[in-house]
Amino acid sequence: MNVEDKSVEPAIAPVLGTRAETRTFGPMTPEMFVVYSGAAGDLNPMHYDRDFAQRAGYPSIFAQGMLSAALLSTFATDWLGPNNIRRFHVRFRDIVWPGDELTCSGEVTKTQRHADGTLVSISLSMMRQTGDTALQGEADFLVPQAY
Amino acid sequence: MPDAQSSETIAYELPIERGAIRTFRGAMQSSNPAYEGVEAIIPPTFLITAWRWAPEGGRAAHGIPRSLLLHGEQEFIYHQAPPRAGQVLTAKEHIHDRYEKVGKRGGVMQFVVISTEFSDEEGVLVAEMRSTFIGREPKIGREPKGDAS
Repeated sequence: MNVEDKSVEPAIAPVLGTRAETRTFGPMTPEMFVVYSGAAGDLNPMHYDRDFAQRAGYPSIFAQGMLSAALLSTFATDWLGPNNIRRFHVRFRDIVWPGDELTCSGEVTKTQRHADGTLVSISLSMMRQTGDTALQGEADFLVPQAY
Repeated sequence: MPDAQSSETIAYELPIERGAIRTFRGAMQSSNPAYEGVEAIIPPTFLITAWRWAPEGGRAAHGIPRSLLLHGEQEFIYHQAPPRAGQVLTAKEHIHDRYEKVGKRGGVMQFVVISTEFSDEEGVLVAEMRSTFIGREPKIGREPKGDAS
């Protein structure tokens, strides 16, 4: 069985203005930060050592920006397909703290027909439960033509 | 400070490992089957793990003091479907852009964009990663925006 058979890819490119169903991650836990540290191989103690974070002037440990980015990419690729991704861009806006709940949303901002499919551009955001935006981003997906 | 624009970095290998993808998939809380199995593809932000394969001289230095450093933006570009487990990519970093802006408190903020280009076994450029680092204004009056990691 090949990957294309198993993965969840959309059969037809969504039209301009389509919004994905939102998805919320969290509440975020220190364990999630540690798991990401290991997966990324980034052992910055700011994300798991409270004393270290407090000495640096922060009230507690906080999430890696790239962990939030990875969660947003999970949301985006579950929507438009892991194989179809062609660009993923995020801007870090606000720090994510333990206990935060992060809601991802996305909307199709542009579609462009190509010989091998439709290039679908989306805007992405991740909002904390406070209403503050943790991440803003955009992504492009090349969705193959339906047979 | 040496001129980073002209400094040459050493290219390095990035073996795409199935186990590494599996671990990353757990951390990103994905259950997507595209990221598992012998033909697993890499998740969109997986290339951020490349640096741990970098030898001495492999990293392009942004030159921003750690106490002022913020990670402002991160971008991943795929010129074709994402690479798969078993591939061995070659990574090469360089300073892509360097500019300054006046911050909200009137100080100078430095921006450095580091690009990493990933080529496959045939030498074809398959992916690029761009990291924007910000050197914030030296005096901190309030909580900084951005990823302070």
